[in-house]
Amino acid sequence: MKTFRIGGVHPAENKLSADKSIETLALPMQAVFPLSQHIGAPATAIVKKGDIVKVGTKIAEAGGFVSAPIFSSVSGKVNKVDTAVDASGYRKPAIYIDVEGDEWEESIDRTDTLVKECDLAPEMIIEKIKDAGVVGMGGACFPTHVKLTPPPGCKAECVIINGVECEPYLTADYRLMMEKADQVMVGVTILMKAAKVDKGYIGIENNKPEAIKILTQKASEYQGIEVVPLKTKYPQGGEKQLIDAILSRQVPAPPAIPINVGAVVQNVGTAYAVYEAIQKNKPLFERIVTVTGKSLSNPSNFLTRMGVPMSQLIDAAGGQPEDTGKVIGGGPMMGKSLMNTEIPITKGSSGILLMNNKEAKRLQPQPCIRCAKCVSACCMGLEPYLLATLSANEDWERVEKEGVSSCIECGSCQFTCPSHRYLLDYIRLGKTTVGGIIRARSTKK
Amino acid sequence: MANKLIVSLSPHVHGGDSVKKNMYRVLIALIPALLVSLLAFGVGAAIVTITSVAACLFFEWSISKFILKRNECTICDGSAVITGVLLAFNLPSNLPIWIIIIGALVAIGIGKMTFGGLGNNPFNPALVGRVFLLISFPVQMTSWPKVGQLTSYIDAQTGATPLAIMKEAIKTGDSSVLSKLPDSFSLFIGIPNDVTLGAGSLGEISAAALIIGLIYMLVSKVITWHIPVSILATVFVMSGLMHIANPIYASPITVLCTGGLMLGAIFMATDYVTSPMTHKGMIIYGVAIGFLTVVIRAFGAYPEGMSFAILIMNAFTPLINTYCKPKRFGEVIKK
Repeated sequence: MKTFRIGGVHPAENKLSADKSIETLALPMQAVFPLSQHIGAPATAIVKKGDIVKVGTKIAEAGGFVSAPIFSSVSGKVNKVDTAVDASGYRKPAIYIDVEGDEWEESIDRTDTLVKECDLAPEMIIEKIKDAGVVGMGGACFPTHVKLTPPPGCKAECVIINGVECEPYLTADYRLMMEKADQVMVGVTILMKAAKVDKGYIGIENNKPEAIKILTQKASEYQGIEVVPLKTKYPQGGEKQLIDAILSRQVPAPPAIPINVGAVVQNVGTAYAVYEAIQKNKPLFERIVTVTGKSLSNPSNFLTRMGVPMSQLIDAAGGQPEDTGKVIGGGPMMGKSLMNTEIPITKGSSGILLMNNKEAKRLQPQPCIRCAKCVSACCMGLEPYLLATLSANEDWERVEKEGVSSCIECGSCQFTCPSHRYLLDYIRLGKTTVGGIIRARSTKK
Repeated sequence: MANKLIVSLSPHVHGGDSVKKNMYRVLIALIPALLVSLLAFGVGAAIVTITSVAACLFFEWSISKFILKRNECTICDGSAVITGVLLAFNLPSNLPIWIIIIGALVAIGIGKMTFGGLGNNPFNPALVGRVFLLISFPVQMTSWPKVGQLTSYIDAQTGATPLAIMKEAIKTGDSSVLSKLPDSFSLFIGIPNDVTLGAGSLGEISAAALIIGLIYMLVSKVITWHIPVSILATVFVMSGLMHIANPIYASPITVLCTGGLMLGAIFMATDYVTSPMTHKGMIIYGVAIGFLTVVIRAFGAYPEGMSFAILIMNAFTPLINTYCKPKRFGEVIKK
């Protein structure tokens, strides 16, 4: 069975909510929309206090090419354009909307009928994806239209759909594949058309045999789509790892990107969002979020509007347990721990994980015993122990030479370290500093 | 909000591995060899092992408390126990207690704590202790009791070891000397059918017991195969070629099953702290240890070369680490 070739670990899967069907969450009293929900320039607000909006009304315009517009997920009145703390922990500009009723823009097709045919030309598809504010739904939130527009001299050969969901606990993508297989398939064909390729792969890890079965069945009805079962290994959902696993091609070190080896990688959630945007005229304002945790009474998967405070999802999943020590936006390997639970759901919120006090505490670091387990675990072929030590010593020149820019921050090194060292903390410090040095160098030239 | 939330960077989960777990797994892997040495040397083996472990623990504790003035106690992490057991495994079973204590002081004091304790020592502490004793007390360190004297300690009768016989064959150029050696199977299992021979140091008598330990460590992922296999393969090939070229050199199986070769290849060379960090580096390190061991055994002054070979390659480890880098992702673009 296929998998990526360098490093990797296998954390306990803990997919507590795997058998829970997607439930639709109730509307909030107020929805909050941070203007920076994607990689790239923040969007600019185009509504002001007192404006009346509907579900699907554009409330913020893209701030550049690498950016995406934002749509209201509720109907009601704009309360204020202010700031809000988001998952990054920073206070950023945001639009607050008081909810009144549930009135949708008329252009949106709200029926469940599957629309298979799509007659749009590739450029039109990309334009429509851009106008619908679709970004990568796996968590990185890279604007989808940018990925579909190859830089000069590059040509896509295939579209790879990421159905790996290698983060422990998360099941949002799994439920989507189980319940919306047809829509995902149509989404994939649209993405293939937009990228002007006739080959699409859907990578799914073999810990999800049901999803592999269903999608393989569906794939026979669509031209050029192949489901590739993969051996379960973290971080297979990493873009570069997934390309290596499926095509046996390795994307060279930065600044190279996947298109340099002919691949366009999109998440299954993105494929679904593309289906809705193109076939249903529905911009991106809803997503599926897994709410999970060992102490939580009812781990669930919710279809929720964006802008809903996370506390509402946690309440719907049984309420925040007494012993909650940490709340994580995303999965346990790469997710961000949150300051509070009032943070709104955004385009990149794949899950909310509640850890109890015991799980939440970091272990005391001990001296490095040079066991080399981090070197074996590193999926980018780096030496984490060395990068961490060099970063701690602020030897930035060597940190750069040892390849810190290639680090994808998957956390496998720290996960494996028997001395419980905070390897990734130091490596991040090194990566950020070296990134700044590289940028300063290129502007000088 | 009643409770404050912990905010820290990812990853938020850990695989559950720990220094302690790895160290105790190594100790478990040493149990078969320890049992064989107790069966072979009885009370002598017990006294040497207990003294060595107790002395190593005492020196680790006292140096870290009174000299380094550290608050946390490191003797529970298991590394000092391993040093103690490995030092004992490298000693003859009739060694007086005071010499063992000096060995433990050198192993822990000079070999480990002087560099800052676990993780910082460039040389394998147990081998530092052993080689120090070998040079300081050459007579006591090279008189090897015969097996089966279960109740004797200092008074045990000694005899020539298989390694000494092999050395004699090379020196005299007379291959018939080698006929005094036990057959390969007895050497492998570790019960010499000829009790007139001295058996060697505590831990090295049974290749089979050491290999059981190796398999356990490989299965529990304490170590990878790279170092032991590259050492054993190099020794096998080199001594095989020498044996074919000239029968005064013992057969490769005999070479593999005698002396500290298995013990060194499986437990000493694989020490995390003093071995290279990449698989490629580990193989270079292992091949070099195998090569040096055979060279020292055949052409050096001492009958055994394993300890020296490992210490020499420990010294090269930083250089190997600089030279051998893992293959980075993206270096191979297409298959």
